[in-house]
Amino acid sequence: MTNAPLILLQDISHRYADAENLILNKVHISLSEHQRVGLIGPNGCGKTTLFHLIMGLLKPLSGTVRYKGKVLAGDKDFGELREEVGLLFQDADDQLFSPTVLEDVAFGPLNKGAAPAEARDIAQQTLKDLGLSHLERRITHHLSGGEKKLVALATILAMHPRVLLLDEPTNNLDQQTQSRLIGIINGLDLAFMIISHDYDFLVATCEDLYLLDKGHVTSGHTSHLHTHHHAHPHGAHPHKHGDA
Amino acid sequence: MRFEQFSQGSSFLHRLDTRVKLISTFFLSLVLALCQSDLTALAGLVIGILLITAARLEMRQVCYRLLMVNAFVGFLWITLPLSYPGDRVFAVGVLSISSQGVALATLITMKTNAIILIITALLATSGTADLGHGLERLGMPRKLCLLLLFSYRYIFVIHQEYQRLARAARLRCFRPGTNLHTYRTYGYLFGMTLVKSCHRADRVRQAMMLRGFKGRFLTLNDSIPVRNDLLFLGAAVAGAFCLLALELGTR
Ligand SMILES: Nc1ncnc2c1ncn2[C@@H]1O[C@H](COP(=O)(O)OP(=O)(O)O)[C@@H](O)[C@H]1O
Ligand SMILES: [Mg+2]
Repeated sequence: MTNAPLILLQDISHRYADAENLILNKVHISLSEHQRVGLIGPNGCGKTTLFHLIMGLLKPLSGTVRYKGKVLAGDKDFGELREEVGLLFQDADDQLFSPTVLEDVAFGPLNKGAAPAEARDIAQQTLKDLGLSHLERRITHHLSGGEKKLVALATILAMHPRVLLLDEPTNNLDQQTQSRLIGIINGLDLAFMIISHDYDFLVATCEDLYLLDKGHVTSGHTSHLHTHHHAHPHGAHPHKHGDA
Repeated sequence: MRFEQFSQGSSFLHRLDTRVKLISTFFLSLVLALCQSDLTALAGLVIGILLITAARLEMRQVCYRLLMVNAFVGFLWITLPLSYPGDRVFAVGVLSISSQGVALATLITMKTNAIILIITALLATSGTADLGHGLERLGMPRKLCLLLLFSYRYIFVIHQEYQRLARAARLRCFRPGTNLHTYRTYGYLFGMTLVKSCHRADRVRQAMMLRGFKGRFLTLNDSIPVRNDLLFLGAAVAGAFCLLALELGTR
């Protein structure tokens, strides 16, 4: 957390149109170059909402989103951020839409202006790096839940992002695939923020920690999680940490 | 229901340039759709069978598709011979079968199957994304091409949502019958399908936008026509002209 933050959220408040309470209340969050942060909080506390606010998919009620120090207001301002920040959706089905895996992974590079042959190379290399080459020709909607998640990650990584926002990446993954994912993530040379309820996973991948509850964010360190986790080995359910 | 079931393959037709296939299909099916002579339709049917063989598709699935189309043609066979005015060849009481009606139904059957075979062999062997891209490169309005692509994409989304809900209902022991409970359940099912599809469509749009989609579909298979493509195009257009000559000659 030495250099100036890449992503900076200041006093962000948000409320969905049909709700009474603020789901985020003056939230302050930052993510610096190479910082690895876990984001935890109970179900429905607004973690996904927070990611969508960062990407500019939702407009905050008040507060500012900054990317590399620049305030982002309109849809246009988010252009650079969207090129450099990759968001892995909570539901992989939202992310995959091309008929075959290879085409889906190549979709981003093509949009970024790569020639077809180049895009194909990038896509194949990305799949290879993730150990997914065997899925190349498969039809996306026939993949298993875990495979979909990994392919969705590949579609993001193929765009060579500087920052990753991962929304519950370990859902649907078996133990072995989870370990592989940890290896992949730890091998990446970029900043990321991960939403997860899986403490082991967060301890293995992140150093810093944000806890979101009742609209407020507190920051901490994953080592807190560690002690907490060992006190409650079955603590997979989100609950309050009080002083985390 | 399966989508793009014929688009993956390695035949000569699969590898052909999409634009060539689009133009060929256009001319061949146009002549066949307008023709009125049995001979032309028969020749078209032969062309269709040749093409479908060249596409090396799984015959069972092709037959299944033909069967679905011919179910509609079946209705013509029920109505046309009975209702079309002409010489009666066979009569039972007030019902009489006219030879002109039978001839017309035969013609329509041949034309329909010929066109379906040609479209399956030429168009179904390309992915929808490639077709949309091909249409765009042929100078079709971009908005229409996008409409085609998104219709395809979201029919699939809606279908998937429906399946998901229907499965959930089935797993909770829902068995359709003729009662109010069934009708209400189907009402909920269709309603929820629409609502959920709408939400999912929105998220898919967001995901596409985040991956740099700017209103233009690009494809990995961005080929320029090679000699084979031009040869095929020449052959297909010549074929269409032969059909036309046959039609005008026998009229
Ligand atoms: N599009 C929406 N419209 C209205 N309410 C929403 C919408 N999306 C999410 N919510 C509500 O906002 C809250 C936070 O949702 P979300 O950010 O998805 O939570 P999570 O922390 O589990 O990711 C939930 O109570 C949810 O019901
Ligand atoms: Mg969520």
